[in-house]
Amino acid sequence: MPRRPDSARRGGTPTIRHAAVFCLLLLIALLVNAARVQLFETDTLNANPANRRATIVRYAQPRGDILVDGLPVTGSKDTREQLRYERTYLNGPMYAPVTGYVSQTYGTTLLENTEDSLLSGTDPLLAPFPMWHDVTRGQRPGGHVVTTIKALVQRAAYEGLGGRRGAVAAIEPATGKILALVSSPSYDPGLLSGNSPSVTETWTRLNSATSQPMLNRAIRETYPPGSTFKIVTAAAALDAEVVTDVDAPTDTPDPYVLPGTRTELTNSARGCTEASLADAIRVSCNTVMADFGVKVGLDRMVSTAEKFGFNDTGLRIPSPVAKSNFDTSMSEDQLALSSIGQFNTRATPLQMAMVAAAVANGGELKYPCLVDRTTDADSDTVDRNLPRTYHWAMHASTALRLQRMMVAAVESGSGTNAAIPGVTVGGKTGTAQHGVRNAETPYAWFISWAQAYGSAVPAVAVAVVVEDAAADRSEISGGRSAAPIARAVMEAALRS
Amino acid sequence: MTATAADAPPPDVRLTGRRGVELALLVAAVLVAVLGYVDVGIAKNGAVPPDTAAYGAGLGGLALLAHFAVRFRAPYADPLLLPISVLLNGLGLVLIYRLDLETPHDRAAPAQLIWSTVGVALFITVVVLLRDHRVLQRYAYLSMAAALALLTVPGFFPAVNGAKIWIRVDAFSFQPGEFAKILLGLFFAAYLAANRHALAYTGRKIWRLQLPTGRVLGPIVAIWLLSVGVLVLERDLGTSLLFFGLFVIMLYVATGRIGWIAVGLLLAAVGAFAVGTLEPHVNSRVEDWLDPFASIRADRGPGQLAQSLFAFAAGGTLGVGLGLGHSSLIGFAAKSDFILATAGEELGLSGLTAVFLLYALLVARGYRAGLAQRDPFGQLLAIGLSSILALQVFVIAGGVMGLIPLTGMAMPFLAQGGSSVVTNWVIVALLIRVSDLSRRPGPAAAPERTSTVAGGTP
Repeated sequence: MPRRPDSARRGGTPTIRHAAVFCLLLLIALLVNAARVQLFETDTLNANPANRRATIVRYAQPRGDILVDGLPVTGSKDTREQLRYERTYLNGPMYAPVTGYVSQTYGTTLLENTEDSLLSGTDPLLAPFPMWHDVTRGQRPGGHVVTTIKALVQRAAYEGLGGRRGAVAAIEPATGKILALVSSPSYDPGLLSGNSPSVTETWTRLNSATSQPMLNRAIRETYPPGSTFKIVTAAAALDAEVVTDVDAPTDTPDPYVLPGTRTELTNSARGCTEASLADAIRVSCNTVMADFGVKVGLDRMVSTAEKFGFNDTGLRIPSPVAKSNFDTSMSEDQLALSSIGQFNTRATPLQMAMVAAAVANGGELKYPCLVDRTTDADSDTVDRNLPRTYHWAMHASTALRLQRMMVAAVESGSGTNAAIPGVTVGGKTGTAQHGVRNAETPYAWFISWAQAYGSAVPAVAVAVVVEDAAADRSEISGGRSAAPIARAVMEAALRS
Repeated sequence: MTATAADAPPPDVRLTGRRGVELALLVAAVLVAVLGYVDVGIAKNGAVPPDTAAYGAGLGGLALLAHFAVRFRAPYADPLLLPISVLLNGLGLVLIYRLDLETPHDRAAPAQLIWSTVGVALFITVVVLLRDHRVLQRYAYLSMAAALALLTVPGFFPAVNGAKIWIRVDAFSFQPGEFAKILLGLFFAAYLAANRHALAYTGRKIWRLQLPTGRVLGPIVAIWLLSVGVLVLERDLGTSLLFFGLFVIMLYVATGRIGWIAVGLLLAAVGAFAVGTLEPHVNSRVEDWLDPFASIRADRGPGQLAQSLFAFAAGGTLGVGLGLGHSSLIGFAAKSDFILATAGEELGLSGLTAVFLLYALLVARGYRAGLAQRDPFGQLLAIGLSSILALQVFVIAGGVMGLIPLTGMAMPFLAQGGSSVVTNWVIVALLIRVSDLSRRPGPAAAPERTSTVAGGTP
């Protein structure tokens, strides 16, 4: 080693070390700060709504598909833009009440919303090794949603409505599987997919349209159910043994004075004076059924209605279903009107399909469901919806007697337009008054179910509502407007 | 003559050149950069970029030429300086190329490769032509004048993005402040080396602070104030902060007076507060730093700093992977001031730490060259140049990560910017030169003091 002159010590050495320590402190400050941002504040920063990363990642790969009868009714289009893949739809307007839309501008609705994590690939169910995925951060391809919808039934319902305002819900009574869910008029969700100005235009146009095409009338709109509610009242009367012999005459006068008032309730049907329950259902007598409601009493009417699904705010298919209403505190005259589906009684079309399904299924109401199963991108099932009981809506014997009465209504009553040769069809018409002093065009209802001869279980239960403001008022009745649609839907269900 | 007292190496350390080590590290550095390039191509386009071979050959060729220059003209130089620089420069090219893919109409990587070539060419020129850094001492006042001139000129050119720090002629733009920092560092080193005794031991004493005489301190403070003043007028706050820190560090190293640091910090705080409150351009930066998300709440969308923080957060520990991030959301400065955000997002905290450690190693090696140097000018020059790197990394990295208010600056070697890359190559060349001298065995006795810098010495 060469000699080291003492002079080398002078001047710098310790101060250089101090300066080096200062630089080290700068580096440590940077590292600590980096750890703060990249370890401890990541969740807040990643969740900031102004951070577009989640949106970009979400649209960076094709979305999984929604399947009807095993075939996709959705698709993805590569736009090569920042939000790369946009949703496309086959038969968009027909399936819009099922799929909803997925819009880069306006978010998601219905199945696109409830199954979003699966379709977009973020659902933990899709990751066989979650820990490994956390490390690699690999993006999983989106899974598929297999719906319970039958294309033929959906098409029959959609074409049956033919653009008139209204909705159809069809359920397989034994399983609760929803076979058709149609709202009309509809819209093409594909027009909302992207983020171009045309999307904004379409959105504004759809939202300002008086026909409300984006309203899902089948599950998100409630109507006064009118006479179709008489099935619920009849079930309550039979279960409460207010009636024991359905063919025995009653003591109901026509017109019937609502209890505690001087208001007279009349019938549009003939032969309702002292009519039996069976006749009252067959020809649809207001007086007889209003009186039964009063005789059953508020508590038992409410509990029966709720077993059918009324007043349930948590019903999901899995999209949330609007609450169908049956008031829980009423005077007797209000109860009388509610028992024939007027006053504050309101129901979604899906709710009334559930009423028909409960009768057809022997009193056991299955939870309605739109998703049969979900799969990963390779079509391997990751989750399956098994049928489950929602409520026993009535005694099995009550259901049997109601089935016979509903069959009679189709064979020789108000619902003859729904009859299908060679098939057992039960139905109930409804013509619901609404508006101030019932001045507006009434809604035409029809609920029904069909069972092929020799089949152990009914094939389908249907509810149809038509709110056709353009039609002549006298033409509007459940039997004329709604029953033919229900028949077409039932025929399609029996075929598929 | 290779080791200093406090840093006496164990006897078995070979003090001959470590050129083989340097070559091996260079191969590794080029490989890392090329693999990064390939990685970006596969991640973005699913294929190896068609010009990978050209890119690899270009970077490898530059590294090899630089290596030969060092091998033959500075054989005892620190073997880490060059590989670290090549690695950082290569990584910068990868990141810029990666961001180019998001802006196909505005490609910056080819220009950056050309500037890197110019930088390496200058590096080779300096290493080959400058046989002994002590020669530079003669040009102290010339470099000071040149630095001031370079700093003043951009004032006559229009402002770009709020800062008047550019000289623009057609498509060619040049940031003279980058060059001025070397020249000023050189002047500080020469002046302080010549006058350090006078600075340290003379003058009045106030409380525990020994003040040097005005005659000694006056000229250098004047020069420094002038440069910082010009920069403030030109709104180049990053560089003024850099000059400030550089001055304080070098003064402290030269005199050993702790008091200078206290005075420096106090002045810095006062100055920063004054500029931060009075100057609107700076004021907005400070407000942005205090609350990066204010513009989001005001429905004006995220600002650059918020976008930068989003990018770092997205990276997390391991990063999203090269080419897979979205730091291009930051906008127009993504390739220059905010390049670190891309590194943070795509390489994560682990990658960012590696990058910081590379800088730390580079700075440490520069300090080491200074420590091992007996001649005070060489010491101060090496310390000054290394401190420039350290301060610059801190100012810009702290700025884009919300640690300190953002001031526009280039991440050394990493960021897009011709002047910056060229300057940094010159800095490394000077460090190579100093380290070569300090590690060279044999009788190359450096004069302990020189008096080539006139003036000031009593």
